[in-house]
Amino acid sequence: MADAFRTADGGALIDRSRPVSFTLNGKTYRGYAGDTLASALIANGVHFVGRSFKYHRPRGFVASGVEEPNALFGTGVGPRFEPNQRGTMVELYEGLTAKTQNHFPSLEYDIGSVNAMMSRFFPAGFYYKTFIQPRVAWKHVFEPFIRQAAGLGKAPTEADDAEYEHFHYMCDVLVSGGGVAGILAALTAARAGARVMLVEQNAWLGGRAIVDEGEVDGQPLGDWVRARIAELEAMPNVLIRTRTQASCHEDHNYVLCYERVSDHDPDLYGGGPRHRLWRVRAGRVIAAGGGIERPIAFAKNDVPGVMLAAAMRDYLKLYAAKPGDRVVVYANNDDAYRTAIDLRNAGVEVPAILDAREGSNGDLPQIAREMGMRTMFGSGVSKTLGRKRVEGVEITELRPSGRPGALETVACDAVAMSGGWNPVVHLYSHSGGKLSWDDDQLMFRPDPSRSPIRHDGAPAVVCAGTASGHLALSDVITDGVKAGVEAADALGFETSGADAPAAKSAREDGISAIWFTPSSGKLSVGNKHFLDFQNDVTAADVELAAREGYESVEHTKRYTTLGMATDQGKLSNINGLAILADALRKPIPAVGTTTFRPPYTPISFGSIAGRETRELFKVVRKTPMHDWLAAHGADWEPVGDWRRPYCIRKDGEDRHQAVEREILTAREKVGMLDASTLGKIIVKGPDAGAFLDLLYTNMISTLKPGRCRYALMCNDNGFLFDDGVVARLDEQTFLCHTTSGGADRVHAWMEEWIQTEWPHLKVFTANVTEEYAQIAVAGPKARVVLESLEGDVDLSTDGLPFMSYVDGTLAGCPVRVYRISFSGELSYEIATPAAFGLSLWKAIFEAGQPFGITPYGTEALHVMRAEKGFIMIGDETDGTVTPHDLNLSWAVSKKKTDFIGKKAMERPFLIDPDRKRLVGLLTENPEDVLPDGAHAVEGERPNGKAKMIGHVTSTYYSPTLKRSIAMALIRRGPERMGETLTFPLGGDRTLRAKVVEPTFYDPENARQNV
Amino acid sequence: MLLLTCPYCGVTAEETEFHPGGQAHIERKAGTEHSDAEFEEYLFLRNNPKGVHLERWRHQYGCGKWFNVARDTRTLEVYGSYEIEAKEPPQEIKDRIAQRLAETGLPEKTVN
Repeated sequence: MADAFRTADGGALIDRSRPVSFTLNGKTYRGYAGDTLASALIANGVHFVGRSFKYHRPRGFVASGVEEPNALFGTGVGPRFEPNQRGTMVELYEGLTAKTQNHFPSLEYDIGSVNAMMSRFFPAGFYYKTFIQPRVAWKHVFEPFIRQAAGLGKAPTEADDAEYEHFHYMCDVLVSGGGVAGILAALTAARAGARVMLVEQNAWLGGRAIVDEGEVDGQPLGDWVRARIAELEAMPNVLIRTRTQASCHEDHNYVLCYERVSDHDPDLYGGGPRHRLWRVRAGRVIAAGGGIERPIAFAKNDVPGVMLAAAMRDYLKLYAAKPGDRVVVYANNDDAYRTAIDLRNAGVEVPAILDAREGSNGDLPQIAREMGMRTMFGSGVSKTLGRKRVEGVEITELRPSGRPGALETVACDAVAMSGGWNPVVHLYSHSGGKLSWDDDQLMFRPDPSRSPIRHDGAPAVVCAGTASGHLALSDVITDGVKAGVEAADALGFETSGADAPAAKSAREDGISAIWFTPSSGKLSVGNKHFLDFQNDVTAADVELAAREGYESVEHTKRYTTLGMATDQGKLSNINGLAILADALRKPIPAVGTTTFRPPYTPISFGSIAGRETRELFKVVRKTPMHDWLAAHGADWEPVGDWRRPYCIRKDGEDRHQAVEREILTAREKVGMLDASTLGKIIVKGPDAGAFLDLLYTNMISTLKPGRCRYALMCNDNGFLFDDGVVARLDEQTFLCHTTSGGADRVHAWMEEWIQTEWPHLKVFTANVTEEYAQIAVAGPKARVVLESLEGDVDLSTDGLPFMSYVDGTLAGCPVRVYRISFSGELSYEIATPAAFGLSLWKAIFEAGQPFGITPYGTEALHVMRAEKGFIMIGDETDGTVTPHDLNLSWAVSKKKTDFIGKKAMERPFLIDPDRKRLVGLLTENPEDVLPDGAHAVEGERPNGKAKMIGHVTSTYYSPTLKRSIAMALIRRGPERMGETLTFPLGGDRTLRAKVVEPTFYDPENARQNV
Repeated sequence: MLLLTCPYCGVTAEETEFHPGGQAHIERKAGTEHSDAEFEEYLFLRNNPKGVHLERWRHQYGCGKWFNVARDTRTLEVYGSYEIEAKEPPQEIKDRIAQRLAETGLPEKTVN
């Protein structure tokens, strides 16, 4: 029978004119628009909707909101499938597909439930105690077992096709929570003129005012709050967002709000983002997130049908869904009587109200008695009966001795429990707000004197209403207005005349503590007082942790996994620490809470990524020649944020063939390289030379205009981090080339020293990397190719000697031609303004055709520089290598009194002759190429293992030399010339290589000096 | 995410617009006249106070200037920003710090 548990009328949120059908595990059910998946299932009488994580026990709905620990579903299909969705937050739509989780082969019959029978062997800390020995069992026994058992739900198998986005927003006052307090705080601040944003995680505003009775200014509470909402909605300075949760409160009132834009309506899919992350910076934050009801620990309190009392009221009043036909209420406060009264009014039997207190003089118990309900003070539920659904409860007298005494058994199909309320203090606590213990109301509540603070030291967050520890309607209203006044006043808005309206609600008597209800019977009953439903942590587990010495609440949490599930202990933490405090014989505030970490509930990865996915994941920097290279077969690799061609492949070539062809062509004829990515920084001013003398290890100030010098840059630890050619453009101007990936870092490095250490130096810097395209033309035919272009540049041996440059025009482009070489060939690097880059590139390519020119990529560049023994930053250097280690002492000035790294290089460790130094390696078999990073070994260490004496830094097959070559850093390397070193490669494989000078090709530099 | 103010261009902006530069007012003791101990102190030894930290920031994605900030590592309160060439915080910032230290009872020595 469909909708058997739907009441004939009522249900503030459902639209009975719009029936909706949906499926759970393939079975079709009916609900209404406005239902949640949870309310629709409850209306259909379905409570058993999942199995617990550890013991695979049957579980049902406990709550009605974000705190729900049990009712997790996989929803949607294909790319829109998402696991671990709380059924209480999934809004129903036509065709919704949901699946239950954590069972095999089916919800009804589950193999994992044997864990429950074995539960006495799975105590707290089970993993730590069990999976220790034997060590060999880890790989094949323990780890597969743990992996199989770990995790809730199933990961989606298809890529998410939805879009996500970020919004940046600033407001005076951000109000989190659209209940009575939040609405009044927002209204008060907005009426004073503040720019207000109000966010509410549910799809509707009004909070408990829509559910519970009361009277404000002579109007029924619900009508009154709807009028306030309408006023807010009409205000131009107020932004209201429902389905939006203030998830994270970060430093200085930076708040991340998570908006579920289209989850509730597939018709909205594709028309905009699925989720939106609001990055809000607020003047003041008002935390009005309300409260969360506490469960009570009694034996088998996890059987489907046991629910929070207020959640039952929500289902009844918001969705007209009855939680059962016969409900026993178990509580320690007056508020839970509202549930009993509402249930009775809806035609549900309430056979007993068990109240742990000795009595109550409140209005609500009085009404319940007048309605004829049986109220039993000083009693509680000692255990439930039934397995997949509550069939009854055993009632016990709560004696001072603590020993239970079974009074009677009462049949029922649901239990409403209420152990009091916890204010939602998460947002307030995320960035350091402190709490204090309220011994009257038995709750941790925000301590307004210890709020998190803004950048200027003023309080950042004001709590309001139940989130601040106020439970009575009139207090909530007063506090909401007060928070609005406080926030607006602090920001300089005028709030005079903002008075709280007069409210009337039932007078309530106080709460008394009931953290644990004793039970009798077998041990397997005694250890089933669940605290954390999702992670299956019981009161016995927490007590065991205390006995085993876990006194800190943070340690107990990790040992027992209490509060570590996806609900982050919203229901369990306070109960757990109360039981821990009892076991440790300490007061609750002395035990304290665990840390409240953002986000408040899980938020989607998509919302965090926003639009920064796929092609927008990372910006790609492109040179002017990028598209030409792409069209000619560039095989790209990332270099910093740039894309550079690894090689440029012709039809039918593989990478290896292309690289070999490029190298041989450059060596025998001529090649051209897009070197535009090279960093270019202008350093200018009267003190430019003096500054660069401090920055580089070389002497730079002696460089003549028109000349170039290869120079090294170290940090003050003496370690090399960048290199490049410096050209002096005029008396006061230098152009410093950096590595492709290093331009921004070097520019920032220069600025740091100029501004923070040597501000007296008159010098400016400018990073002009992207202003110029640069083309290297290298090979024996380089000169004739360039000479065949129209231009006014003398490229002859004497006209443009090695390590000099000249300005002029080539092929109609303004150029600066450097005679420098990173390949060892006759080589020119030609810089031209970026706008001319492509036309110059094309002109050179055309002019080079008769000479067989080829564009080459980074791999050919690397191989050719290694053939020449030139170092590459990042290959030969790793942040612990000095210029001396790389035989570059010639580039370290001995004349200068100071430069960055000078003093460090004189430290004993850095002049130790035992350091690793650069050498070349030739493998015994010329076809064997050493792997990058391979270690050379020699002798034995005291433990019998091989002693490592160095490692390979660059290694290639050289097409030029037709054999493998490598560079390596080896202890006392230069003293080992001619020695053969051993490189074990794992397994039985070992390579042997001879130590040689690291210049493999043309050591006399005859080829570049022509 | 912190809110910081650049004392040069006057902009108050999100932390992501700035680049952190560690402890402020470190003297570069890297000359021949400096002992190994002084050199070590300059290179490696840094304060890690639970309290007021004087630190350097650069307005990386703004005007590009380096500046100093006095910030409390416990509460993240920013007492103020000041020019990079200053040898210590200006009196106004020192007064603000002193007032807060008096309120919180934090010992003076945690100021670097």
